[in-house]
Amino acid sequence: MAGLMSGFHYTHAVVRGIPASLAKEALRSSQSEVDLAKALKEHEAYVEVLGTTLGLEVVELPADESLPDCVFVEDAAVVCGDTALITRPGAESRRRETEAMSRALKDLNLNIVEMTDENATLDGGDVLFTGREFFVGLSKRTNQRGAEILADAFKDYAVSTVPVLEGLHLKSFCSMGGPGLIVIGSSEPAQKALKIMQQMSDHRYDKLTVPDDYAANCIYMNLPNKGHVLLHPTAEQFPESAKVFEKLKDYMLIPVSNLEKVKVDGALTCCSILINKKANV
Amino acid sequence: MTTEAGTETEVKEKAEESVAKPDQSEKATEENQEVANAEGEEKEKEKEKEGKGIGRYLPTWLKKQKSQSQTSPTKEVPPTEEADSKVPQEEDEPAPEVNGHAEEVEEKEEVKEKEAESHSTASADTEPAKEEKVEESAEKRPEETRVTAEEDGAEEQKKEQQQQQEEVGGEEEGGGGGGKEGESESKTSIFQSPLRLVRKTKMKLMVCHVTLLEGTDFSCEVEKRAKGQFLFFKVCEHLNLMEKDYFGLSYKDSHEQTCWLDPTKEIKRQIRNNNWQFAFNVKFYPPDPSLLTEDITRYLLCLQLREDVASGRLPCSFVTHALLGSYTLQAEFGDHEPDQPRPLDNVGQLTFAPNQNKEMEEKILELHKSHRGMTPAQADVQFLENAKKLSMYGVDLHHAKDSEGVDIMLGVCANGLLVYKDRLRINRFAWPKILKISYKRNNFYIKIRPGETEQFESTVGFKLQNHRSAKRLWKTSVENHSFFRLTVPEQPTKARFLTLGSKFRYSGRTQAQSRTASSLIDRPAPNFERTSSKRISRSLDGAPRISITEATSENGREPHLELHSDSKVKEVDLSPAEATPTQSPMRVHGDNIYVRHSNLMLEDHDKTQEDVLKHQASISQLKRSFMEAPPPSPPQPNQWENRLTSSPATIRIQQQQQVECVPQAEAAAAAAAADNDATSDTKEPAKTTEVEIEETVVVQEVSIAPKPGLVTVTTSSPAEPPAEQETLEQEVTVEKEAVVAEEVKAAKQESVSSESESEEEAEYHPNVSICHTQIPEEEEEEEEEVKMAEQDATAPDAPSLPAEVSRPVEATTREGEESRNEDAEEQEEEEQEVEKNAEGEKKAERETKESTDDPTMTPVEAPNGHAEPEESETGTGAPEEEEEPKVNGEASLFEAEHRPQVICCSEPPVVKTEMVTISDTFAAQKTEIATKEVPIVHTETKTITYEAAQLDGNGDGEPGVLMTAQTITSESLCTTTTTHITKTLKGGLSETRIEKRIVITGDCDIDHDQALAQAIKEAKEQHPDMSVTRVVVHKETELAEEED
Repeated sequence: MAGLMSGFHYTHAVVRGIPASLAKEALRSSQSEVDLAKALKEHEAYVEVLGTTLGLEVVELPADESLPDCVFVEDAAVVCGDTALITRPGAESRRRETEAMSRALKDLNLNIVEMTDENATLDGGDVLFTGREFFVGLSKRTNQRGAEILADAFKDYAVSTVPVLEGLHLKSFCSMGGPGLIVIGSSEPAQKALKIMQQMSDHRYDKLTVPDDYAANCIYMNLPNKGHVLLHPTAEQFPESAKVFEKLKDYMLIPVSNLEKVKVDGALTCCSILINKKANV
Repeated sequence: MTTEAGTETEVKEKAEESVAKPDQSEKATEENQEVANAEGEEKEKEKEKEGKGIGRYLPTWLKKQKSQSQTSPTKEVPPTEEADSKVPQEEDEPAPEVNGHAEEVEEKEEVKEKEAESHSTASADTEPAKEEKVEESAEKRPEETRVTAEEDGAEEQKKEQQQQQEEVGGEEEGGGGGGKEGESESKTSIFQSPLRLVRKTKMKLMVCHVTLLEGTDFSCEVEKRAKGQFLFFKVCEHLNLMEKDYFGLSYKDSHEQTCWLDPTKEIKRQIRNNNWQFAFNVKFYPPDPSLLTEDITRYLLCLQLREDVASGRLPCSFVTHALLGSYTLQAEFGDHEPDQPRPLDNVGQLTFAPNQNKEMEEKILELHKSHRGMTPAQADVQFLENAKKLSMYGVDLHHAKDSEGVDIMLGVCANGLLVYKDRLRINRFAWPKILKISYKRNNFYIKIRPGETEQFESTVGFKLQNHRSAKRLWKTSVENHSFFRLTVPEQPTKARFLTLGSKFRYSGRTQAQSRTASSLIDRPAPNFERTSSKRISRSLDGAPRISITEATSENGREPHLELHSDSKVKEVDLSPAEATPTQSPMRVHGDNIYVRHSNLMLEDHDKTQEDVLKHQASISQLKRSFMEAPPPSPPQPNQWENRLTSSPATIRIQQQQQVECVPQAEAAAAAAAADNDATSDTKEPAKTTEVEIEETVVVQEVSIAPKPGLVTVTTSSPAEPPAEQETLEQEVTVEKEAVVAEEVKAAKQESVSSESESEEEAEYHPNVSICHTQIPEEEEEEEEEVKMAEQDATAPDAPSLPAEVSRPVEATTREGEESRNEDAEEQEEEEQEVEKNAEGEKKAERETKESTDDPTMTPVEAPNGHAEPEESETGTGAPEEEEEPKVNGEASLFEAEHRPQVICCSEPPVVKTEMVTISDTFAAQKTEIATKEVPIVHTETKTITYEAAQLDGNGDGEPGVLMTAQTITSESLCTTTTTHITKTLKGGLSETRIEKRIVITGDCDIDHDQALAQAIKEAKEQHPDMSVTRVVVHKETELAEEED
């Protein structure tokens, strides 16, 4: 019944299929070949974890070949409570991804806020919701105006901006690892960003530093009957970082392979939008 | 304490008087009631009247009782409890006492003013006078009809309120002083007994209207000279509120900005437009309302938050609006009744959100159903639990611009300062990160403690719309810091170490103290009436209270923010005012030096012969007593006498009077505070300045005491070493007294605005008083700081503090005022350097600073409770101590235990226009000002040194410790008081030397003889066990030729 600050308890997940165009056309910061078949398999496993293992109600949107990056649904919307902000992605080619997302979220009875401002850009990957407040990374994909609109959409929460100097998104090197726990990469830009976040916040955050920035992108949930759940990259992918996650006691740790999607800058959080319908008072 | 005693007896006397005069008072009561009836007061008022109606047939003394119980339902506690709590209270809050003192004197001054008025209304058609008149006429009604009995009732009531105690004193005595005033204005007072005439005149009563959180109006009468506190307590009493520390009274100033009524100051002096209209509001939003003790407090907080939410001041989402609204419904109407759609009817009438719509109302009702069974108190708790999580909960927003001129908002809250750009938080400075808060003109600065990786502190500056806004922000910051961050309030006098500037400090209890106090609340939960009906009718009556829509503005979150137009940054400059030869009445409300000045002149011209004579008599009296005081060493009366008789001061007076005739005489403040931190000590004499007068009064007090065990001060009063600490504290008081003395002078000329109005800048060092368990470390730290300061000294720009401190002493010894001036100058240069530092211009220099504490703070910080190593080192004073090994740190052991607030304040010069004088003395003061034109100034300097004993004579002693420095600015006078304490240990002897420097700067005739006399008198009063050994009067007059 608690209206505010009920983070990490999710009932629904919105995901989207991988279009074939992803292999060739999806945006990427490094030149690497994506094995589409492997990627599809990875994604399938990912969705299964959400749906089967964790028992979330998964809404799977069909892939759109004209939108090679459409699998990364996180960037298309920011959902908090019963409000969904449909973003205006920083990459021109991804703008249309929001259409299907908007419909899907509407169907879930969320209050839809559209980002109509032509000057605003915002990728969901730049939005870190800590359960108490938002941090918005100002990156190549997200600008101040976008962050302002986000602040308007979620008035209950403080929205602080964090410059993202390296990496694609804010969440390319950090994520929530628990209530009040930020998983953070060990690179200098990542640590710097964490400092800023800590300084900007009225709340105290603990940090879990992992050696690899990409490994810092995890999915944390607090589910009834399951307690703390953390989806994190596999030991195969980031052996050193995996050891760090092992230290988390009382956690249900679920390693999720992300080898292929990471080639197109896709991290774990990128592939789903998590929603808590019950928390919506 | 002495004031206290006097006060009480007076009150008693008065009570007797009023009993003796029942007839008049009763008659007057009737009159009063009739008038009140005619006025058609509010409902509350009527209730009161009923009470009075009965009282009419009762003897006065009974009636008094009655009114007491009427107005103070909560005050039925046995007086013993009051008395008990009174004691610590007094210790905690010596400030009001002093204020009371000041008030008393002010009152006397008022009399003079009044006389002046009557003498020369024609010639004196300046604003102050006019305003006074307006005020009077406005007051007339209550005044004439007011009854002494009633007043006495009020007085007694006050007496019950321990916090008000001092006030009574002030007013009582003030009343005595203002006898003539009363006579001329009040018909009733004529019939009073002679005793009464002398003791007390009728107090002018003002009717205050306070808008309560329920939206209703509460009216009550307060004496015209009542302090904010009095009204506040009355309101709290009315509300039956005990946890009052979170609340305050606000008013709209002449610029329509919402200001908090300062409890320690007279209401009259704060409100500008004679509009006694206030609002009762939450001032400090408790971060965790569940920790509040009483439901009634939470209820009031809820009322405030409902209003905040409904107005959009506290933004929240649709869902939160609905949720909060549903709790409001539950609290006000109880369970949702499916059969009775009463709430449904009401919900549309209630305002829950700025953009309330049907959908939201439906949601509210839906949620309301789920709250079934919740008591109102529980619903309030739920409401607060949700509201407190809102990001803007308790954030007080202020428009500002960053260093690049970008519009931002500064939010002051429990945790620190927040910086917003549009709605985004772009920075945050938690209180522990902030070393200093200051403002200067329209700039607001915070000095930031270096982070883990950074080595040096930095200063962040923001530009506010104008000086007032900067000051307002500064005040809010100071108050919030004190309330939320400190465990113990900075004690207004003792722990308040000012260099210069605003005296303003948070005067109430801190949250920690408030919690402690609330935990002691031992009363059955008071019943209080919820306001559902009132709220509804209110909503029905008027237009929707809130018409702000989300779309209106990005800044629309805070209605009162809209009052500050955040347009261009307006430079607040007084030059226009000065340039204006005639004053429009409007000017009165602004910072208007011209007005003050004129008023000053008026005052002086109208001084009666008698006054002058009395005045002179009192001076000679003081001089005599000064002479008679046994000095620590063989007195040198002859020398003293000679100096006196040939005193240039007398000559000077004439000079000044001539000077004073120059119409546009202006003065430059020459605060020679030997304090690095007095960054703002910059003088900005006006371009229009023709004459400048600087007066410096240095009062040195020296006491010698055998070190171990007994400290024998000159009058050979024994004291333990810890007594040194006492001495320190005492010293502060002395300093304060002196300031008060100056205030008297100030008050003489002051009629329009309070002295704080002319403050241009102030600083505040938000140190947290923490119990240091590791005293040695603390000492080390201190030493380090000292070293830092010395290091700084090597920097060409910033002469070391120790050097600075010692130099003035040296100069005094040699009686070489010139060198002293140089010192002052250098100091000021240094101060300016510091200031530059603050502005990040002296980065290189900053690198020498390694401690997290600002080295420049050292001098001020040092004296604050823990003994500096210096303190026990050889003082500047005693020559014989030179060869002695220095005993370090002994005193520190006693005193390092707590670390009271360090506060630095810089007082602005009175004149804010750009101006630089050529005089060497002032050369240092101009650095900060972008100077465009340089008027030609001739400087005349005169020095008078009175010396009772030749105790010191060495200039190479250890620097003293700057105890306090304070500046009081009135309309036309700037008074800076700096106090240095030097302690010397030599063999078994401990010498405490207190040097006070009072700089009075003004554009008027400064009666420095009186100032001196006052200073001496007060020094003697405060330190009966010490002797005044040296008095140096340095006077500097600048004659500037009219510039083209």
